[in-house]
Formats: sequence, structure tokens, C-alpha cells
Amino acid sequence: MLSGWPPPVLDPAGPFAGPVTTVAWVLFVMGAVVLTLVLFALGVALFGPRRWKRRVAGEKLVWIGGLALPVVVLSGLLVYGLSVTARVADAPRPGEMRVRVTGEMWWWRVAYLDDQGREIVQDANEVHIPAGRPVVLELESADVIHSVWIPRLGGKTDMIPGRRNFMRLQADEPGVYAGQCAEYCGGPHALMGLVVVAHSPADFAAWRLRQAAPAAASTLPGAAVFSSSGCGACHTIRGAEANGLAGPDLTHVGSRQTLGAGILPNNQGTMAGWIADSQGIKPGNRMPSYPVLSGQELREVAAYLDSLK
Amino acid sequence: MRTIGALLLAGVLCAAATACADKAKAPRPLAQADAAQGLALIERHGCAACHAIPGVGWPKGRTGGDLAGVGARPMIAGRLPNQPAVMTAFVRDAPALLPDTGMPPMPLTDAEARDVAAYLYTLDDD
Repeated sequence: MLSGWPPPVLDPAGPFAGPVTTVAWVLFVMGAVVLTLVLFALGVALFGPRRWKRRVAGEKLVWIGGLALPVVVLSGLLVYGLSVTARVADAPRPGEMRVRVTGEMWWWRVAYLDDQGREIVQDANEVHIPAGRPVVLELESADVIHSVWIPRLGGKTDMIPGRRNFMRLQADEPGVYAGQCAEYCGGPHALMGLVVVAHSPADFAAWRLRQAAPAAASTLPGAAVFSSSGCGACHTIRGAEANGLAGPDLTHVGSRQTLGAGILPNNQGTMAGWIADSQGIKPGNRMPSYPVLSGQELREVAAYLDSLK
Repeated sequence: MRTIGALLLAGVLCAAATACADKAKAPRPLAQADAAQGLALIERHGCAACHAIPGVGWPKGRTGGDLAGVGARPMIAGRLPNQPAVMTAFVRDAPALLPDTGMPPMPLTDAEARDVAAYLYTLDDD
């Protein structure tokens, strides 16, 4: 989630966020200049000397300041804004890395695509990218309108049911970049966070291999608890008997930075808390709380999921 | 089991040694522990996913106990003597002390666990 003060906005960390930030500042400064001029004219009209008042009255000022100036300034800003942001949102070019991110109530389904657009690996709530290289996110929605916003890497782009929007992003340096759903999508919308992890190219290749591998067979007692509690009806763990598609893929959940879609740190403790009472933490989300597990079972299943690195 | 025994014994001895003193007097001292650092660790590790903790705005977990006033309670989890050494061990590896607890071991070093316990002992006002 976006947290901390100052919030991580207007602080670009890549070549697609830079122009968006510049546009934001230009719009802000132009707005400030226009506001100052209008307030000055208002002040003159109310309190200025008679001679000055005459100059802000009359039709001429209305035609120039009220019509010509806004048309020129706003048209200029529109052309400028569209030209700066055009290359952020066009379709993927050959050789560019593609990641499909699908907005769900209230999490993100992530799939890494090959050049033909076929899914190679599934994941959730985290997008891993190589630093220093543009990546195209193909944005879709499974239900309502969501919007992806990773302020340090780019502007906002909506996910619209039945449409595919594109968003190009690049992180200049390896690091973790917070994101957030920026279009109200009901219920726990405010708790729909996203994490982008930028790796050095070598680390990224290693991550991709790890991510593509299925989970190793586990002898931990929590694996049996996971299975007998029916978790596999909604969650997939590749390599285990769990192939549900309604919720996030958990094949490598233990290696994620966060739980609950970018809202909790990820460790055995938060995992246990999330499983026992996900409705208390994120009211209205689609995962039921599990008040049927004993303390020991809860710890076991949390330890099992934590082991899925 | 040996660790549990030793800690319980330490707790009992500690309690016996101060039997005439005001045991509930808080905050209980934890040498070289930093309560402010403890709060930062509590936030970083998401303890509030299970516990309502004064000083943490969100979330207010319901799975574990509410920690308001925990520093003044006579017992930890209703089962263990509330002594600094026990608290330090408990926040780091609760199942080693209570095998049927739902609280998983937390990835804390011993020094970090002391900081967390130090913060919990500032919560002595119900």
C-alpha cells in the first residue's frame, strides 16, 4: 500500500513516470498562474482605484481573458499532455516483455506472457520486472472498473471490463515499488494494494526460473490441513492437489512481500492472522475467515504456506 | 521442554523473589531494550494482524488478544507468568512455551524480541 509521509508521488523512478510527473507539475504551475491572475483581477475590481477598475471592466477583457486565453492555454496543454503520455500507453512492440494484470475484487491476478501472448506463469498481487527495461502491462478486469497506479513508475491506467489497456513501465533501479487500486471498486477498495519488485537482470532470470517451477512435495503437517480444509477449492498450488481459480495462486506465496493484496507484511504470524480472520482485516473480501481451525492447525497451515518460497 | 521449564522456573523464582514488592508496578524494566524500536518492529512484522495494539492505527486484529494493558496483566495468554524473560521468549517463539497456541513463531532476534517486550510493557494502562 502507499503509505508513509510524504507519500511516494511526484518522485519518479523510471522514464515513464518522469514525463507524467512533469505534466503534473506543468498543469499545477499553469493552474497557479491562472488562479493568481484571476484573483488579482478580482481584487482590482473590488478594491482597486477607479482608474484600474475601468481597465478590468468592459467587453474587451472578457473576449481576451475569458475566451481567447483559455482556448489557447487549454488546447496547448491538451496537445502537450497527450503527446507526452502517448508512448506510455501504446500496444506492446515485438520483443517487449508482457505481463497481464487482471483486476479482481479486491486483488490482482498476474500472468507472465510469451511473445504470442500465451500465459507462461501465474502469480498474484505482485509484478516482478527486470530493472532498466520497459515492460508492458496488459490491463484487464474480471468484474468492475479498477485502476492501476504505481506512482513512482507511471500514471494511472484504468482496467475496464471487456477492454484491454496497456501501460508501459520501467524502473531504473532494482527495488520495491508500491501500487494501489485508484478507482473505487466497492467494499475494501482502499485495501487493494499492489507491489512491483524490480530485479537486476540476473536476479530476474533466477526469479523467473523459481516462479515457473511447481512447489516441491511437502511433508509438513500443514499441507494436509490445507488439503482437508478445502483451501484448494479456491487456490492453486502447482505441484499439490490444489487447483482452484477463484483466489490468488499460492504456489510461491511464501516468497511474496505482502499478504492480502499489498496490505500486510508476509510471515507466519500475519499468514495465521489472515487465514483465521481475513474478514476482520479486510471486511467484505471474498475469502471467508476460518474460525474452525485449532491453534495448532492454524500454525501448521501458516508454516506450510510460508514454506512455499 | 527444557527451555519451557527453565523459563517457567525463572518466572516463578522471579515472582518469589519479589513476593513482597509491588509486582504489577509498570513499566517493568528491560535492560538495554528500546520500546520505540519495539513499536517499529511490531509495525514491520504486522503483529496487528492478530492483535489490537495501542499505538498501531490499523489493523486491529481479533484473532489474538487485545494488547491494551498487557503490561499490567498478571499472566500472558492466561497461562504464563507475565515476567520480562517469559514475555521476551513468548513474542519470539510462542509455541515453544504453549504447544497448542495459535500464535506462530515470529522472525525476531533475541534483541528484537526484547525491544518488542519493552514496548508491550509500556501498555500498562487499561
